[in-house]
Amino acid sequence: MELVTDFFSGLGFPQWLAMASASALQIIAFLLVVALSVAFVVYGERKILGAMQRRQGPAMVGPFGLLQSFADLLKLMGKETIIPTQANRPVFVLAPILMLVMAFTAWAVIPVNAQWVIADINVGILYLFAISSMGVYGVIMAGWASNSRYAFLGGLRSASQMVSYEVSMGLIIVCVLLVAGSLNLSDIVMADRPVWVQIMLLPMLGVFLVSILAETNRCPFDLPEGESELSGGFMVEYSGVLFTLFFLSEYANMVLMSAMTTVLFLGGWLPPFGVEALAFVPGVIWFALKVCLILFFFIWVRGTLPRYRYDQLMRLGWKVFLPFTLLWVMVVAGSLLVFDALP
Amino acid sequence: MAPSEFLVNYFPILLFVGIAIGFGLLLVVSSLLLSWRRPDVNKLSAYECGFDAFDDARSKFDVRFYLVAILFIIFDLEIAFLFPWAVSLGDIGLFGFWSMVMFLGVLTVGFIYEWKKGALDWE
Repeated sequence: MELVTDFFSGLGFPQWLAMASASALQIIAFLLVVALSVAFVVYGERKILGAMQRRQGPAMVGPFGLLQSFADLLKLMGKETIIPTQANRPVFVLAPILMLVMAFTAWAVIPVNAQWVIADINVGILYLFAISSMGVYGVIMAGWASNSRYAFLGGLRSASQMVSYEVSMGLIIVCVLLVAGSLNLSDIVMADRPVWVQIMLLPMLGVFLVSILAETNRCPFDLPEGESELSGGFMVEYSGVLFTLFFLSEYANMVLMSAMTTVLFLGGWLPPFGVEALAFVPGVIWFALKVCLILFFFIWVRGTLPRYRYDQLMRLGWKVFLPFTLLWVMVVAGSLLVFDALP
Repeated sequence: MAPSEFLVNYFPILLFVGIAIGFGLLLVVSSLLLSWRRPDVNKLSAYECGFDAFDDARSKFDVRFYLVAILFIIFDLEIAFLFPWAVSLGDIGLFGFWSMVMFLGVLTVGFIYEWKKGALDWE
């Protein structure tokens, strides 16, 4: 970072501009990595689903079909973008862009290694929680602006599903905060966690994994898209590049939620189970491996489980997860107080 | 926190938003340049499984969506209360803990009422 800043100062840039340019370069590199990872998550999903159903999956473009996602991107870019006459044009175009911006901007505070973070703000988890909630606006805007029945109903469903599971996600984050005692994500990773505390957080990890499935509208909670009843949900009127943006942001959100799980529960860039002998492997590698693990869980669930019904989904969110996480917050807080283990 | 430190911390986020918007616009604009467009009346009509749309899609919808939104606001505000409480529980100790138990107790009474009233049921 200093090296790049010095390079720009050497070009005769003033101090603030040099810093801004270095920061911008860093951000562009980071975003490229996120976009690339999205491309390979899509490829990996198709390949793994194929293997689970004894098919080959994509195999034609590039070696082992590795370039399939890029071919798809090019094809989608070349498709006609249809904006229905009945739609609200500005909102219709704005919605996917907003989704993409929110899915990308949340990455600003994710620490991928010790000190490797774009913006090391002291309320990182609040920022992350806020930005990941903003995705609902994109969904509502898309559903409303399309002026189509399917899109409208899909948008409503999608939004109420996302806000329902956000409540339990928030309570789970509160549990982790009790243990970590800080809102900064690097501090949360580095927080001292005795084994009994980790065992207490284990049920929360389970609830969190289910909640992120619902939050990203993934199978078995992919009702908003429910092809058999809503024929694509809030995205039904979208085509070409605008659809691509939705698609990109959906997968970027998946990777983001995996990174969030890694930071909150799996110890981020630290070697697994605190094994010191594995510390020679760079932290980024551990971080990436842990994210891949959660992503595999996403795909595995999709390959295994059938879709939920909408009333079952709402019942699970409000009648099971909410009371349970609320109770668990108090249990964790109480036992940390009694055993004097608060940070 | 000094203003300059504040700026150093949050400026990258502003930059990040800008670059993300740029990325999105770049994709949209380059696609509009790449693809050709041949719109016609049927292509531009709202998709309704081959039927013509009867009327405007923005009609009445189920009140339960509204109810979910209200419940969400209540519980999300509560979580906003819990965030600072969770971080500072080590300083406020038992007093803070029992205060929060009181608060959550009141909330739970309301929650049980909602439950019994059937606000959480979807048929």
